Amino acid sequence: MSVQTYTPQAFHRQAHDALGNPQIRANFRQAMDGLMTKRRDSFGDWDVEALRDLGASIRLRALAKLPDLLEQLEANCQANGIQVHWAQDGDEACRLIRELCEARDAKRVIKGKSMVSEEMHLNAHLEEAGIEALESDLGEYLVQLNEQTPSHIIMPAIHLNTDEISDLMHAKTGTDKTRDVDYLTAAARQQLRERFMNADVGVSGVNFAVAETGTLCLVENEGNGRMTTTVPPVHIAVTGIEKVVEHLHDVPPLYALLTRSATGQHVTTYFNMISGPRKPEEHDGPREVHLVLVDNGRSSIYQDDELLDTLRCIRCGACMNHCPVYTRVGGHTYGTTYPGPIGSILMPHLQGLEATQDLPSASSLCGACGEVCPVRIPIPDLLVRLRKEAVGEGRGNVEGAGVKRNRKEVLAWKGWQWLATHPGAWRASTSVAGKFRALTPSKLGPWTQYRTAPKPASTPLHVLVKRHRQVNRQEGES
Amino acid sequence: MTSLKLYPAKPDKVYFFGTCLIDMFYPEAGLDAIRLLEREGIEVLFPDDQTCCGQPAYTSGYHDETRAVAEAQLDLFPEPWPIIVPSGSCGGMMRTHYPPLFAGTSREEQARQVAERIFELTEFLVHVCHVRLADKGDAQRVAMHTSCSARREMGLADTGPALLDQLESVTLVEQARAAECCGFGGTFAVRHPEVSAAMVEDKTQAIEAAGAEHFVTSDCGCLMNIAGRFEHQKRPVRGEHIASYLWRRTS
Repeated sequence: MSVQTYTPQAFHRQAHDALGNPQIRANFRQAMDGLMTKRRDSFGDWDVEALRDLGASIRLRALAKLPDLLEQLEANCQANGIQVHWAQDGDEACRLIRELCEARDAKRVIKGKSMVSEEMHLNAHLEEAGIEALESDLGEYLVQLNEQTPSHIIMPAIHLNTDEISDLMHAKTGTDKTRDVDYLTAAARQQLRERFMNADVGVSGVNFAVAETGTLCLVENEGNGRMTTTVPPVHIAVTGIEKVVEHLHDVPPLYALLTRSATGQHVTTYFNMISGPRKPEEHDGPREVHLVLVDNGRSSIYQDDELLDTLRCIRCGACMNHCPVYTRVGGHTYGTTYPGPIGSILMPHLQGLEATQDLPSASSLCGACGEVCPVRIPIPDLLVRLRKEAVGEGRGNVEGAGVKRNRKEVLAWKGWQWLATHPGAWRASTSVAGKFRALTPSKLGPWTQYRTAPKPASTPLHVLVKRHRQVNRQEGES
Repeated sequence: MTSLKLYPAKPDKVYFFGTCLIDMFYPEAGLDAIRLLEREGIEVLFPDDQTCCGQPAYTSGYHDETRAVAEAQLDLFPEPWPIIVPSGSCGGMMRTHYPPLFAGTSREEQARQVAERIFELTEFLVHVCHVRLADKGDAQRVAMHTSCSARREMGLADTGPALLDQLESVTLVEQARAAECCGFGGTFAVRHPEVSAAMVEDKTQAIEAAGAEHFVTSDCGCLMNIAGRFEHQKRPVRGEHIASYLWRRTS
């Protein structure tokens, strides 16, 4: 299979291709249907709305205190022996990690799942420097073998079905062609085991960074996270600055929401709490633990009291699982690290609106994402806010603001505004449209490619109401 | 989050905001909604100067233009009567988005007061009128498509089906993924036509697969989309606004 590059600029073409690919359509539909059912069933008789309120309040509190909590996190991590590094953007974070590797003469990096590392293209950066970076999360491993990027933030290889995975592993690793999932998983596990033993550095993400204790929490199912963070002599955790929470007791509600929202699990197979390197009396664990805190546009989002809500995200993926657009076009179509609704409200800040202008509009604003978000991010409102920025009627503080403003469209909306604020003219125009309904074009651009064109009624409502009033009056008089 | 709504006692009068889609494309649905309300002994006031709630511009990001149009609607409802909107989408716009749209302006308080008086038609018939419907129609299998705005923005997933349930000869069938968007989304259908088409294709297939002979919806955007797709595919299933369906079967 050849390497395919997806970009947000090519959203329309990529959507067209995905929609015409029955395999992609079926893989996503089936997977998303399953995930939606699992999520729904997993909350049982819990009061999910109350739990979402709690989740939202924990995240909002953490964000309200973000600068202080980050300092507290740094101090407590350092007290635990975790070395803390700050990176302004993805490039700086990549450079930091590369330098940490080079200083230790590390040539082999094993990676746990980390979307931030995808965001900053860490693997490519390390490989350019002659350092091998191998993904150890099964989905990430498959995607890497396939020379692709993740199509989902929780299930990176969800776009592939068993047959495709079997073919891929056969081609790249020589396993048998089979639909036996247990065989394929065991084979991948075997292939990875050796690599864990020989890795010089383990790089992982972080789900929650607890400020009051300096603890890094890592949620996972495969044990690769624990291997990544304990087997190699050096562990580097990398995360966005928004992942901090204030208290240790903030973690259980968020964890309960995260696993249920993401995969419908009550708990994951592994929940790691990393609180420092190996102590002198201990026999295992890494000798060094580093934490790289990446800003990469987040502090700019933080400055805006509406956009700030974007940073509440705990990366569960429920918004994409429930999105009717994502379900149909899949994750790669978005051409961004984070696809689906959360990607459409986050990526404009990371890549600017010029590149990502088609993402905020790629939603029917059906509200399914907002309805399931475990921390109540008002995703539809934020999509509208970004549309407003794109057409130049927002606050102008998102890079590329105004990029979609064009004279023709502004003129159309100004015309509509004039008509809708001049009721006499409005009434006249609907009446005229009704009179000439026979002339209504049967082809209305893209609409009529798939549907018949609506025809204006011969008599608009305001005229029907006038007649109706007369009838009522006559009846009242007689 | 939708705030808890306390339903008033049945009033003597209501305002009716017909919506621009109904005015131009489905006027009978508007008139049928008025008839349903009048049958409940309510006088229906139709402000002649109403035009559009502003939603198309709002969701497209043109909020200055939206505000100008919305402002023109605010003065249409001077008395404290409820305002009935036969659309979850326009109703949701006026109830949810008007107050923030006018935040910090001299219209803020007025927008809030108007928003509080907005009721979607089926909501009002069920929760305020406590309507009782006597079905006079033939047996029919019907699917209901509740719009996303009615379902999520206004929290009204149940009021349409509750009304249909009262029709004795009607069998309400539930299509697979009933809560999923039909793909209309206003300008979404124009900006992302292929994605929208894939969504409406799935919706029409689900409605047919459920064995529905007919479908109803409380939003004319969805109606235009779903019925337009059925017709384009030359399928026999037809749709109409729930107000027309209820009136037709009970008058």
